[in-house]
This record gives sequence, structure tokens and C-alpha cells, in this order.
Amino acid sequence: MAECQMENGSAGFAAVVAQEPGAEAIRSCYACGTCTASCPVRRVNPAYNPRRLIRMIHLGMKEQILKGKEIWLCSSCYTCQERCPEGVRITDAIVALRNLAVREGHAPSGISMQANLISSQGRLYALDEFDEKKRKKAGLPLLAPEVEGAIKLLEKKE
Amino acid sequence: MKYALFLGCTIPARSRNYEMSARAVARKLGIELVDIFDFSCCGFPLKSSDSGRAGLLAARNLALAEAQGLPICTLCSACTSMLAEEAHMLRKDKMLLAKANAELKKVGLSYGGNAVVKHFARVLLEDVGLDRIRKAVTVDLKGLPVATHYGCHYLKPSEIYDGAEDPENPFSLEALVEAAGARSVEYEHKRECCGGAVLVADEETALRMAKRKLDHVKSAGSKVMNVVCPFCSVMYDDNQKSIESRFEADYGIPVLFLPQILGLAMGFDRKELGLNMNVVKTKSVTEEIVGGN
Repeated sequence: MAECQMENGSAGFAAVVAQEPGAEAIRSCYACGTCTASCPVRRVNPAYNPRRLIRMIHLGMKEQILKGKEIWLCSSCYTCQERCPEGVRITDAIVALRNLAVREGHAPSGISMQANLISSQGRLYALDEFDEKKRKKAGLPLLAPEVEGAIKLLEKKE
Repeated sequence: MKYALFLGCTIPARSRNYEMSARAVARKLGIELVDIFDFSCCGFPLKSSDSGRAGLLAARNLALAEAQGLPICTLCSACTSMLAEEAHMLRKDKMLLAKANAELKKVGLSYGGNAVVKHFARVLLEDVGLDRIRKAVTVDLKGLPVATHYGCHYLKPSEIYDGAEDPENPFSLEALVEAAGARSVEYEHKRECCGGAVLVADEETALRMAKRKLDHVKSAGSKVMNVVCPFCSVMYDDNQKSIESRFEADYGIPVLFLPQILGLAMGFDRKELGLNMNVVKTKSVTEEIVGGN
């Protein structure tokens, strides 16, 4: 039965999420909905619902969460996290879900593009000659166009 | 008062007006800003993909400032929260600090866990003080009606800022613009998010969030909006025209960075504050105050 499957999966996925830094307290959620009621994204887009996401974690709905678009809609404003009466770090838990989604190959293109730029340049925008010219004209100091130390630090181990 | 100025990625490339005005105001108030050539991205844009590596990038920046013995002064709110969060975590978790140091060693750095991270607005409020700002005012802003926008990461998560300000009831930005002679305007949903962080995933949602706020700022009769983060500026300034056309609205609200407003009160001219680089024309603001010099 579908219910049994969810029950089996639930312990598994919630435990996996709870191992991520910042997501440890998700088990304390009693579904009061303060998060969803406070959410500024939800006000303009009802497709986003943090309370439902936390429930889905507990129900073990891993695939729906990690492959879906919803986790990418969080604006990381921390309003829900500040207000949660149970101390659930909801914003941090969403970050944990995103990290898991990326590890399983479900990163939206914009997100992986940003990660690649930072790993290869140490900055989101490399400061090219054009930028340096503009900065000089505005009387602003020279900065590293790309940051070697950061690139080296982010090199993935083989 | 000496700080390592942390610019991050967006400001040096896309928001030079913020940087120019902050440097000008700092000079005027006797704040020395030291540039660390080798600062990188703060780590924030990497957080969604890999929060561990994002934290490592933040730790590297903290270590560079600590090596110079300088507190960090940030301009971008996302940089502020990313760096302050990492500093907070490494201060309370020695295991994590040891792990970060094992990685930092590979690039010839070590971190003792003592970096201090402060947003420019907080430096002004806490280290310079409102009195000295009032004394530096030479141009009467004549009660210019300003809608302050806090954004999110300047205040939250509050635990990483050691309770510097209550995110449900903040006051610092109103206090700063009023010290400069402007009038802070109350408006609905003042504490709400700009939507900037949703832009990559869902443009429509992000723009709708920004629109809600612009609607309230306009109906409250504010003539200027004040921001302290380049992402908030992207939403309200860079995207104001596209919000107007997409939702058939009409705003024409100049969006100024905090030091641009303070700088006007301190007698800097438009060019020195980069006011010609704001997307929504800012002439109306300067005309109102000083006859548009």
C-alpha cells in the first residue's frame, strides 16, 4: 500500500535531511503553519509552502521534493526560521534540501552556473579590463580580477 | 576606526555607485577602509549547491582579515550574513574550526576564530554614532520623505548578529536617514523581502514580490527608497522599469543606497556619489534638496 511505502521511506529521508548541518531540528515540527503564514514568497506564489515541505520530508517524499521546483522558490529571508515556535531552522533546512538535490543531479541551470563561475574565478563576476577601466575612472582601487587562493581552496579532491 | 572593506562580487562590478558613496562618507567620518586585494566571493552564491564549500570560502576571507588584525566592514547584506554566520559557527564549534583550518592550511592560511563582521550601516550606528553623523551634515535634506528598506540578511538570522537588532522591530536605518535630515516614511510590509534570491529560479515570483513593496512605498507618499544591499537595489532600481511594464504600474521612485543619501547631506556632489549610475533617474531627489547640482 502507498501509505506503508511512505511510512517506510519517512524515517529514512527525514534522517538523511536531519544529518545536514542546520536541519537537525526538523523532527520538532508540529505543523502549526507559522512558517507558511509568514512567508513573503507564498503571498505572491501559492505554489510555495514551507509547512508542506517539512511534512513531505517526514512522509519520506524524497523524489517529489528533490526533483521539484518548490525548494528553489525560497527567498532565504529567514522570516519563518525567526518565528518558528519549535526552533526548526526552516531556511537552513531548505538549504540542506537544495544541497541534497544538487548532489543527486537536480540543480537548476542557474545554480550550477553560479557554482561553476565561483569555482573557476573565485568571484561571480571576474573583473575584466572593462570593469577595471570603469573602476579607475571612478577613482576606485584595483582588485584581483580572479582570486587564485579561492580557486585553489575550492578545487575538488580527486 | 579602521576596517577591512569587503566588497564581494556584485558591488565592484555592478554597483560602483554604492562603493563610491560609501568610501566618500567613510572618509568624511574618519573611517579608514583598507582594501584587501585578495578577498574573494563571500560564499553565499555557492551555499545552495554546497554549503560546506561556501562556508570554507567565507572562512578564507575571515582568515585574511584576521591576519591584518582588522574587523570586516561589508556593504552587501548577503555577504554580511554569509561571513557573520561562518564566524559565528566557527566561534562556537571548535571541531568545525579545526576542519576549516585543515583546508585553509593548503592555501597557506589559518584562522583563529576571532574575525568581526559588521555591515557599513552598523559601523555608522554603533562605531561612529548618530551624533557625529548629525555634526557632519552640511546640506539640509528638508525632511526628504524616504522609505527605508531593511531587506533580510542585514538583520537575519538574528542569532549570528548577537541580537544587535530585533528583526521584527528594527530601527537603525530610520535613525541613520533621520540623522542626515531626511524623514523616514512608514509603509505597509516595510520588513518584507525584495525577492532578489528568487530571481534565478523564478523571475515572475521575484518581480511580484518587488512589486508589492513598490506599491506600498508609492502609496505612502515616499519620494525615495533607501537600500543597503546590491540585490535589493537590483530588484527595485534595475528592475523597476520591467516591473512597471509587466504589471502596468507607474512608480518612478529613485532607489538610493544609504551612503548616497548620507553623502548628499554631507555636501558631496552627484558625481562623487555615483548618482548618475542609478537606473531610475535621481535628479528629482537632488533638485528637491539642492537645486540639482
